[in-house]
Amino acid sequence: MDAIQQAFVVESRELLQMMEDKLLQMEGGGADPDTINAIFRAAHTIKGGAGVIDCKFIVEFTHVLENLLDEMRTGTVTSDRELIEVLLACSDQLGTLIGCVESESEPDDDINKVSLSLRDKLQHYLRIPSVTSHEVALSGENVHISVGGEMESDNWHISLRFGPDVLRKGMDPASFMRYLMELGKIVHLTTLPDAIPDAIDMDAESCYLGFEISYQSEADKSRIESVFDFVRDDCVVQIWPPHSKLADFISSIEALPEDTMRLGEILIKSGALTRNELDLALNTQSDRQGDPSSQPKIGDVLVNQGAVTAEVVEAAAVKQGRINEKKTIESQLIRVQAAKLDQLIDLVGEMVIASAGANMLARKSGETALVESTSVISMLVEQIRDSTLQLRMVQIGDSFTRFQRVVHDTSRELGKDIELVISGSEAELDKSVVEKLGDPLMHLVRNALDHGIELPEVRTAKGKPARGTLRLNAYHESGSIVIEIIDDGAGMNREKILSKAHERELIGPNQTLSDSEIYGLIFEPGFSTADKVTNISGRGVGLDVVKRNITALRGSVEVESHEGVGSTFRIRLPLTLAIIDGFLVGVGRASYVIPLGTVVECIELSEKDRAETLSRQYINLRGEVLPFVRMREQFEVAEPGGRRENIVVVQYAGQKIGLVVDELMGEFQTVIKPLGSIFKHIKGIGGSTILGSGDVALILDVQSLVALAAVHQNRMQAA
Amino acid sequence: MKSQHKTSISEDMTIYNAAAQKQMLLDALADCDELDIDLSQVSEMDTAGLQILLLTKREAIKANKTVRLSAHSKAVTELLDLYNMASYFGDPMVIMASEHTAVSEGKSEHKAGLYL
Repeated sequence: MDAIQQAFVVESRELLQMMEDKLLQMEGGGADPDTINAIFRAAHTIKGGAGVIDCKFIVEFTHVLENLLDEMRTGTVTSDRELIEVLLACSDQLGTLIGCVESESEPDDDINKVSLSLRDKLQHYLRIPSVTSHEVALSGENVHISVGGEMESDNWHISLRFGPDVLRKGMDPASFMRYLMELGKIVHLTTLPDAIPDAIDMDAESCYLGFEISYQSEADKSRIESVFDFVRDDCVVQIWPPHSKLADFISSIEALPEDTMRLGEILIKSGALTRNELDLALNTQSDRQGDPSSQPKIGDVLVNQGAVTAEVVEAAAVKQGRINEKKTIESQLIRVQAAKLDQLIDLVGEMVIASAGANMLARKSGETALVESTSVISMLVEQIRDSTLQLRMVQIGDSFTRFQRVVHDTSRELGKDIELVISGSEAELDKSVVEKLGDPLMHLVRNALDHGIELPEVRTAKGKPARGTLRLNAYHESGSIVIEIIDDGAGMNREKILSKAHERELIGPNQTLSDSEIYGLIFEPGFSTADKVTNISGRGVGLDVVKRNITALRGSVEVESHEGVGSTFRIRLPLTLAIIDGFLVGVGRASYVIPLGTVVECIELSEKDRAETLSRQYINLRGEVLPFVRMREQFEVAEPGGRRENIVVVQYAGQKIGLVVDELMGEFQTVIKPLGSIFKHIKGIGGSTILGSGDVALILDVQSLVALAAVHQNRMQAA
Repeated sequence: MKSQHKTSISEDMTIYNAAAQKQMLLDALADCDELDIDLSQVSEMDTAGLQILLLTKREAIKANKTVRLSAHSKAVTELLDLYNMASYFGDPMVIMASEHTAVSEGKSEHKAGLYL
């Protein structure tokens, strides 16, 4: 696959995703023109792109789809549930076809059959036979008109909108005009005073003017742009070279605040557009005015008409137009290969270690100047580390929205009416975590749809609204991200879980368990409380896999449930997998790192407490019972400790425990190195790291230590 | 009977005086139906000053009144030409011969002597 094909695949997949989202949105909230337009443009761009890479099967398929979407845009075809289903199927089919491009294969018979049947369905909706409507529109116009092509004018066109503060900053638009005149010739200039507000609101010291300038110059674009360097921040400057893409130009014009018609006239006067070019756009627009609900913009019309000219030209023009619309967004984004980013993070990791080493040596040397400069370096390294990690952070929203489709399909299949509500989608977490989160999340969502939310009849009988709600929520909490999957369904039957657990001998007959422990049982292998096995879930494989996957990410999953009210699954994950802020502590001669995000406070274990705690595993922390784990015992450190001991209070999932250590050594940036597989059975250790001195320190796995302390405590209480 | 009023601006029309001049011109306009603004004393004019004139003119049109600019000084003429706004005000302007050749390049169609 060459670079263009690859770009096409990537871009098309994004567009398809967008298309699907919009379709689902249409199903939920009706079809406003913007949504239909967005869907149309997505299909249109895919088709254009397919034309560029000469992929006939996508062009043919998308062509029909596009025609129908166009009819929907003009309002001749109205959308209903059935149509949206067909469109969704089409977007799936497009995905399959793009898959063919990706694998560089021609679609096989099965795929072609689906394509054909979908095309038939689409044709069924098209009252007017597909191709003709466009061709009539085009043949009615003069052939020489260069729609979607170049502007006829030989002049540059400069569009200026000065910001209000320009005058106050001592810059006068007039001086820029004079400067322009030095560089070339102002063929025509129109001043736009439209933005001057009413007399009362008008601030005499603010600038309200805009200008459309037709300009002749031998200078290149960057030279002309440089004229406006001083006002770049306070002025919207748009410069089109002679013979710019017309579609491009017009779509930008539409973005300007003034009325498009008026601007059109101004542009003709200044010679930027010919009368023909404008009329063509406006005529087509008025043709469509029969249906007031969907009035395409001039740019759309032009682009649309370009659709019937050569595919390649069109693709370029449409793309330009699209880029323009999204200009503000896209110019802020750069696509970078993930591998490059990973390499950078590796290097930053090494740099963190190296700078810690340098820091330590500097401190040993006792030279103040050296210490000072190394501490500046390590501060910078810290900032670099933070921003590098930030590069990998992605918002969780994208992984949430793809569940719209899952919920839509699954609820249909199950005959349920379920709404997906998403919140907290702006919470960020490491890309690698997001990728690995997909499967477990999918499982939990399907689980909630299938077992959680009841059939509409059952719900109404119970006095609940017939439409069930599934919520996906995310938020940050002490160095981790929490993702909740909340349904308002039947909840889980505590007794049923218990009896099943007894049946499978997961618990002894006389064992008493807390509620959270009971619900935790559903994560045991082979445990399913569903009476009915469906093809979606309920076969008892899965929740244990979910738990295993999440634990592998140093996360945890818990469930809370109330029978008849619903269940909440809560996944807790670390924000990143690569580098953490650690808190360095010493036990004997060994060093350990506690993730700083989990540390709540440090207290000294006083002489008195030490004597008392020899017999018990908890202390009284300001009236609270704080269970603790002695690191010396936990890791069987042989050397005797000093006379002092300290307690580091850590918190995980709302539970606090104390870790008893000898020495507190302070904050430390930690690059997590994985431990070999022979260590994987040691509880309480999550990884290792290299200290500046070259020594190895172990990173404590707070989650498992908290669990351990809880077990200890329960045992003590039981005894 | 329409009330006429003449006013003249004696200072530069720059950002430093713009706020005061805005108020002055709007007040003057409020008191009459036809306002004649003498610009002969304006030795310097910037965009802020022009905006004040634009505003006054627009307010006048809105209120169905008339604003006339007269005796444009050189500075005023130059700026109005630069911004191609002379026709918007539609007042007769005296173009000096020397000036004509110097500034008019590229916009000869608008520089045919008097504007009406």
